[in-house]
Amino acid sequence: MSTTAERTDVLVIGSGFGGAIAAYHLAAGGADVTVLERGPWLESKEFEHDYKLGSSYTRAFDFTVGDGMSILGGNCVGGGSVVYFAAMPRAPRFVFDRQGSIGRRMWPQAVSRDTLDPWYDRVEESLSVTRQDWNDVSYAGGLWAAACNHAGRTANPLAVAIDNTKCVNCNWMMAGCRFEAKQSLLVNYLPAAIAHGARIRPLHEVQHLSRTPEGSYRVHYNVVHDDDYRLQAGSGVIEAKIVVMAAGAGATPVILQRSEAHLGTMPRAVGRYFSGNGERLNTAIIDEAKAAELFGLDRGDGLAYAANQIGKGPTVASWDRLDGSLPEFSRYSLEQLYFPPGLGTILAQVPGATGPSWFGKEKKEILKQWTSWLTIFTMIEDDNEGVFGPPPATGNAHRISQQMLGRGNLRYEPTKNTLGAWAASDAEVKEILEKDGLAKVMPWTNDLVGAYTVHPLSSCRMGDDPHTSALDDSNELRDHPGIFVTDGSSVPGALTVNPAMTIAALAERAMPGIVRAAQSRGISVTYGAPAPDGSTSGRSRVLPLLPSARG
Amino acid sequence: MTLEAYADTIVPGQKRFADDRAIAGVSTGGGAVQAGALELLQWDATGIHEGLDDLVRLVNEHALAYAAERRLTPDPTVPPFVALDYPDRAALIQRLTTPGHPEKEFWVLLSLFCNMAFDSAAHLNTAQAMEDGHPGLEAMGLSMPDADGLWRFQDYSYRREFARLHPDTTSTGSPA
Ligand SMILES: Cc1cc2nc3c(=O)[nH]c(=O)nc-3n(C[C@H](O)[C@H](O)[C@H](O)COP(=O)(O)OP(=O)(O)OC[C@H]3O[C@@H](n4cnc5c(N)ncnc54)[C@H](O)[C@@H]3O)c2cc1C
Repeated sequence: MSTTAERTDVLVIGSGFGGAIAAYHLAAGGADVTVLERGPWLESKEFEHDYKLGSSYTRAFDFTVGDGMSILGGNCVGGGSVVYFAAMPRAPRFVFDRQGSIGRRMWPQAVSRDTLDPWYDRVEESLSVTRQDWNDVSYAGGLWAAACNHAGRTANPLAVAIDNTKCVNCNWMMAGCRFEAKQSLLVNYLPAAIAHGARIRPLHEVQHLSRTPEGSYRVHYNVVHDDDYRLQAGSGVIEAKIVVMAAGAGATPVILQRSEAHLGTMPRAVGRYFSGNGERLNTAIIDEAKAAELFGLDRGDGLAYAANQIGKGPTVASWDRLDGSLPEFSRYSLEQLYFPPGLGTILAQVPGATGPSWFGKEKKEILKQWTSWLTIFTMIEDDNEGVFGPPPATGNAHRISQQMLGRGNLRYEPTKNTLGAWAASDAEVKEILEKDGLAKVMPWTNDLVGAYTVHPLSSCRMGDDPHTSALDDSNELRDHPGIFVTDGSSVPGALTVNPAMTIAALAERAMPGIVRAAQSRGISVTYGAPAPDGSTSGRSRVLPLLPSARG
Repeated sequence: MTLEAYADTIVPGQKRFADDRAIAGVSTGGGAVQAGALELLQWDATGIHEGLDDLVRLVNEHALAYAAERRLTPDPTVPPFVALDYPDRAALIQRLTTPGHPEKEFWVLLSLFCNMAFDSAAHLNTAQAMEDGHPGLEAMGLSMPDADGLWRFQDYSYRREFARLHPDTTSTGSPA
């Protein structure tokens, strides 16, 4: 009956951090690997500087509105790495001891900052992560650092995966990097995976999984129309012995929910405990004269700042509240960020508005001061309060627009813990930036599309307790052997910093186990590939490669 | 005309001609209407183009109810929403987009696209829109791209050390 089904050893769903890393290691180890990716496969010359619907700015990402929470993510080969801002800090030590509201450690005992550090090393090597210099810091980052200093705080240039020799500071990172300065997965793990024989099929959206009598999996997909993602251009099935799910925290649980009818009961935690990484944005409108007066800022042409358009996403963060001795829900980072016009600007509110705050006459006045905006991104510890409702007909959203915009079934009602942490971080941003009249600040409104995250996490998380974690500490889906989840959904909770580094390190950490599982299912594959560019300094600290070298 | 009035409430502009009724005229320079909101809304790429007639009907019904509540007598020669003064248009949109309103999602979506016409000209090629003096992009102060339609900034940094680093920073720039 299944003779016509295509076969592969390993089927990877999604080509972002979790997917690309898995595809690379398994292909390099000798397995037959196929990657199904919902979005298009764009080349650098297709990364346009254009807000027009249908350009890469909307083709390559996806905005899913939920009930109380909206998710912005990548939708292309390379996933979030193509549209992200490439800030790559490690998570602070205390994060791994978080309890959230479950009253005991959320992370598996096996994972801590110490056990993850060698895997972080490897990611830094693979993606050429480097610490920015003050000379690389954008005007916006410089202004934020000056304000932090003025308010008695420290400030750090961020670690980023950007080749500064190629970066032109265009601030179009969300449309994909035209200049190949951003070290997205398109320039490391994915080409290396392809070099080892992995096949990537763009515009293939996985709908559900079912099982073969032999215990392999059938992966059912639809082909998505090239331009209009609302349309479908066929469907198919591929059979695989191992499935690596990496469709992102907004999509992986939805595929599993839809698969429940075919695979049997899913672990309780599938589609629960979603975290938006505690994100929130504050918009400051800088008083240019004050910026000049207080900090002596000068761009060399009479302007003090007015540089919102210039730069490269976040370059400077304040970590003073990342203090492990503080109680949970009171720790957060404050990061300068660039957020382009379009989807986001509407959520900025007018400080001290007398009429409506997010639209109207006064809003137009602050739009006219857009170049003097400074956006501060807070990442607090939220309470994993997101829950996914029944899955939509296809994918993870009912698509509204030709690209980009859809309606999903995520419900998010912030608890007092989350609301309190947001309020505290908002107050601190205000305190820092309104000091001595530097700026006027207002947080983005959650009233329109709910809270807003570009860092979805935890919807299918790893842990030691089967009741509150969908995966064991090897990233394998409980009760469904051979299905592994390596994307952001596996991360147990908010990280207080940007998550891609941790998602990638956890995916690297999961690889030896996935290779063993593949071997036990008769796949001829070994573990031990170097970083995609062949360097091995990280590897030497990661794992003893010879059995005799094991301790 | 109703959609124009709605778009103008989101990002107001100045009247296009003396007895322009759709545009309330509470702001100088172009607003969402001049920025091309109607063009964007009617483009099938948005996915709301098919529902526009319903939205027009609905917002006018809401406007009638609102007028009755406030004991206003709307001018019958224009659609009821257009007949409202700017503060009333704004108050009504605020009501329709408040969490808990059963139709909130539609109005938020409509507002979102009206705003996008102004702040990103999502129906136009950006470099071309800049060259043609798009009122929104111009008002926001976006700079012109290079000749090839791409933006590059030679000067992007103050190149100054502005603050002390956090004491617990690793050598590669992460929290320790
Ligand atoms: C604008 C923006 C800026 C960001 N900046 C930063 C930053 O500076 N630093 C940082 O750490 N993080 C940043 N992030 C977040 C970062 O991109 C994500 O955390 C990361 O990409 C998540 O990795 P992942 O593997 O979980 O999933 P993703 O990278 O999201 O990959 C999932 C992939 O699966 C595909 N997919 C979804 N459903 C299906 C399906 N049914 N079938 C097949 N394929 C499917 C998606 O199209 C996508 O390509 C940013 C995100 C955005 C949107």
